[in-house]
Amino acid sequence: MELSDRDHALVSALAEGLPLVSHPYRAVGAQLGMDEAEVIGRIQAMRDGGVIRRFGIIVRHHELGFKANAMSVWSIPDAVVSEVGRRLGDAPEVTLCYRRPPRLPDWPYNLFCMIHGRDRAAVEEIVAGLVRRFDLGAYPHAVLFSTRRFKQTGARYGRPIPRAAAAE
Amino acid sequence: MDHLDQRLLNEFQQDFPLESRPYAVLGERLGLDEDEVMDRLARLTRGGSVSRVGAVFRPHTVGGSTLAAMAVPDHRLEEVADLVNAFPEVNHNYQREHRLNLWFVVTAPSKARVAEVLAEISQSAGIEVLDLPLLEHFHIDLGFDLKWS
Repeated sequence: MELSDRDHALVSALAEGLPLVSHPYRAVGAQLGMDEAEVIGRIQAMRDGGVIRRFGIIVRHHELGFKANAMSVWSIPDAVVSEVGRRLGDAPEVTLCYRRPPRLPDWPYNLFCMIHGRDRAAVEEIVAGLVRRFDLGAYPHAVLFSTRRFKQTGARYGRPIPRAAAAE
Repeated sequence: MDHLDQRLLNEFQQDFPLESRPYAVLGERLGLDEDEVMDRLARLTRGGSVSRVGAVFRPHTVGGSTLAAMAVPDHRLEEVADLVNAFPEVNHNYQREHRLNLWFVVTAPSKARVAEVLAEISQSAGIEVLDLPLLEHFHIDLGFDLKWS
């Protein structure tokens, strides 16, 4: 799906989140020179087009008692990494699952899973369960617990709308 | 946090109503009126449980992003973390248990800007930045099941 300048402007405006007012789509549109129907239509199209993977309440794990999070990584041969990734990505206890390039010699791992749990022991148990269930014991592996959060905000992908486009 | 807060947090992480008055729609499902829904969301946002009502974008569809890692000497960790945080393009930044101990996500309207941010951080800190862009994603994001019970 190709995004227009107006889509990008909307993406930018949504970075702060939907305002808590009775007609939030109208309020977002008012900043952009769009009416409510256009805002809703563009969000709908981006959702249907897969640009928006999820639209809804975005919670913060840590504040809700999921105090431990670990980036669990494996080094898996290229021939099978996608298949293993798909299986891990479908596991309900995996929050995110990505393939990324290794960077030798510092970083040999190419498959990344984020795991959240109420405490460290819970996360360790989840990881051990994944290793058993998906037979990952033979692959080099590391679990990087986070010890400190320096920043967590929404992504800022959007571009502000050009004035001429806003006036269209 | 009561049962209605818990339902509010768990049941509306995806398919948020694209209707004129979405908070009223949530209210109908929870047996609350629109104002009560907005008050609860405001309170949960102030308390930190809710980041926002918004969109999670598929990586690389609306710009560029990457995961970056640095091996920062312990005594410089706060200084370098501050330097990294100062970029509005950085939206997550964590210390992790590894020789590569500082991990952050950079998102920007273009891939070129992402590369620029990494280069500026590397130069200012005098420390190499590993660029680990996403090659494939496997997870269908349905939100996070809070498993209240």
